[in-house]
Formats: sequence, C-alpha cells, structure tokens
Amino acid sequence: MGEGSALHLVLTGDPGLYAIVGLSLEVSLSAVLFAALIGVPLGAMLALTRFPGREVVIVALNAMMGLPPVVVGLAIFLLLSRSGPLGAWGLLFTPQAMIIAQTVLVTPIIAALTRQTIEDLWVEYHDELAAMSVGAATRIVTLVWDARFSLVTALLAGWGRAAAEVGAIIIVGGNIDGFTRTMTTAIALETSKGDLPLAIGLGVVLISIVILINALAWGARRAGERYAG
Amino acid sequence: MSMRGPLSDLPVMLEEVGIVAGEVTILDGISLTIAPGAPTVLIGPNGSGKTTLLRAAMGLIPVTRGRITWGGQEASPPDRRAILFQRPVMLRRSAAGNISYALAAAGVPRADRSARTAELIVMVGLQGLARRPARRLSGGEQQRLALARALARSPALLFLDEPSASLDPAATKAIEDIVRDIAARGVKVMMSTHDLAQARRIGGEVALMHRGRLIESARAMEFFNSPRTEEGRCFLAGELLV
Repeated sequence: MGEGSALHLVLTGDPGLYAIVGLSLEVSLSAVLFAALIGVPLGAMLALTRFPGREVVIVALNAMMGLPPVVVGLAIFLLLSRSGPLGAWGLLFTPQAMIIAQTVLVTPIIAALTRQTIEDLWVEYHDELAAMSVGAATRIVTLVWDARFSLVTALLAGWGRAAAEVGAIIIVGGNIDGFTRTMTTAIALETSKGDLPLAIGLGVVLISIVILINALAWGARRAGERYAG
Repeated sequence: MSMRGPLSDLPVMLEEVGIVAGEVTILDGISLTIAPGAPTVLIGPNGSGKTTLLRAAMGLIPVTRGRITWGGQEASPPDRRAILFQRPVMLRRSAAGNISYALAAAGVPRADRSARTAELIVMVGLQGLARRPARRLSGGEQQRLALARALARSPALLFLDEPSASLDPAATKAIEDIVRDIAARGVKVMMSTHDLAQARRIGGEVALMHRGRLIESARAMEFFNSPRTEEGRCFLAGELLV
C-alpha cells in the first residue's frame, strides 16, 4: 500500500480525502433535497391533474431522465458564466453551481418516478378518498405520505444519478483542488494523470458509500413499513 | 356514540336511473325510494348492478339517464352519507390513524378526534389493535375498521357493499351485529349482498336486481314468503339467474 493510495489515505484519516468525500456528499445530497422539493409535488400534481397536452409533458419528463450531464453542465455554465444572464451571482466554479447542475439532472428522475408511483396509488385510493370527500390539496398530501416508502426508491435513484455523475459538475465546478473537487471528478483527474491505484481506490470508496447509503435507506424503509404497514 | 338524528339526505329518490358505460348498460330504468326506517337489502347475482346502484346513490358516479335526489336536492354534498366498499383500501397508517384521517376529512376538530377515535374503535370491537398498521389486520378486522371509518362521518345514510362477502361466519356475525346496532340508532342502512340468509337476517326491505334492472322490491317478509315475480321465485329457490 503506497503512501498515496486511497486506502492509505482513508486509514490515516487524510483531511484532503475526507474533504473530497464530504463535498461529494454535500453536493449530491443537497441536489437530491432540492430536486425532491421540486420533483415530488410536481410529479404528484401531474399524476392527479388532467389537462390538454398532459401526455406530452409526461413523455418529455420521462425523456428528461436521460438528460446528458455534459449538456446540462454546459447549459448551467452558460447561465452562470460572467457574460451569462445569471453571471452577476458569481456562482460559477463553486459548489453551489454544482448543486444547481445536479438538481437539474435529478429533478426529472424524481418527478417522473413520483408521477408513476402516485398515479398507481391513486387508482387504489380513488374511491375511498372520494367517499370521504377529501379535497384536492389533502389528496396530494395523503398520496405522497402513503407512497413514502416507494418514493424512497425514487430519491435513491436520483441520488444514484447525482453521486455517480461527473460530466456536469466538472464543467460548472472546475474540479478545483480543495474547493470543488469531488470523488468522481478526482477519479477522472487521477485517471488522466495515470495514477490508477488512487483512482481505483477512490472508486472503491465511492461505491462503498453508495452501498452504505442504500443499506441505510432500505433499513429505514423496512422499519417504517413495520410501523405503518 | 352520537349519530345524527335528522335525515336530511332522505329520502333518496332514484327516478328512471340509467347508467351506460360504452356500449354496456349497467343500470336500466331504476326507480327506487330509500326512505328512513329498517335496512334495505339489495340482492341479486354478481353483475346485476348492485355495486353501481350503491355508488350512484352515494353520489360517486354520475347517471346517464334519469335523476337522483337526496332529500329533494339534486346536488347534495356527501357529508351526511358514507359507504363501505366490498374491498376497502386501508390507508398506510395505524388502525387509529385511519379513523383519525376520516374524522379529519369529515371536519371533526383536532381536539375531538382522539376521543371519537377511541369511541369508534370500541364500537367496532378493535380494542387493543388501535396502534397496529391497518394493512396488517385480518380481513374481518379491516372490514370493521373500514366500517368505523365510514361511521366517522356520522352518517345519516350508510351504504354497505357486500360487507361480508369474503369473511368467515364469526367475522360476518361481528359485522352484522354492528350493522344492526347502527340501524337501531336511526341510521338508514342500505346493503347489498348475494347471500339470501344474510338478507333475511338484516333486511327490513328487499330489492332484487337482475341485469341492471330492479325486478322487485318489497318488505322482507313479503318478498321471502311470496315473491311477486318469476325472477324472485327463481332466486329464492336457489336457481341460477343468468
């Protein structure tokens, strides 16, 4: 195990590595939080409302799940660059810009999966809620709450996208050492530099964290199901 | 437990009601008055239109022809009536949570919900199961919980759609005891069943349906002793109405 290997860095508590892991989690989890705040209500409303062109919106939303990260990165780069419409915010090459880019990537995933989940549950609940004269707003809250265990999967899918993504954040974050470097951008950099052991080690760390978070979410889901049925 | 006295939704009058879905006629020229008094039992084979009739009388589905009035009103919000579906859906929360939800939907103030929930839990015999997830209850317990949820609306008129169709005799008896208790408190009950013995036990009035039409309606004793129609005689004789 070399001095610079990822395992060595993990075992010795290297602050640089922990900063990279911390920023990766901060950016990806923040993006999922914002995407959930937008995507869950959006998906639920889309599931419960009928309007002309609704099916076009659903197809578009589903298609946006496959948005290419580099294209999103480029779009956010143009928006936030000094000459862009939001250039005055001074966010380019900051973690905030990375969070914005990943929120754009993750929101369609959470919204589309929420729409499908809520629509399926609505078929089941429709008669009961109609018989109880439940109003439109309460209906949405009820369905989102009762679908909460299934929606965990939507959040995990969104987080998986964010945690694994490199194309968007490397464009808008710039992969600046100690400031905007995450695990995925570091892996890309180390690979291009030829430091494969460090890149592989970081990859192992990333996958371990992904497994750990999914296991925690699964445990929370099972515990919740035991309590609520 | 308090049930509402005035029956403002009653009588429910169905006048030449027809419901058509696509090319299929589900209800055809139904005229029926649901008046205060002993339970009305809808009988008839599967597919005869019992469930659709109950849903229409509840106001859940629009009619294609004819009209329905509740206490003389054509558009009546369903806050004085409730329905128990044949396969009720349990919300993903505890048994007490399900009742509390129904109380909130019925506009019962938060401060009163806890006491009302406890009252309803006792009324349907689910003591000790209040905190259990509703979806983990047995079929009979779920049916009783759904009944409590319906009663949370303090209905003057309660529709029951084959409430014991998939239950064993003990669970069926538990449901029937509650239904009799509710009826004795002045709630008008209208229940569908294809179980003739149950219709005899519950029915004050009986209405026989077949192929979307109301074949015969009469006081239960009259119907069971001397049905006026051929279909009525066949149904009572256990012959298959097809």
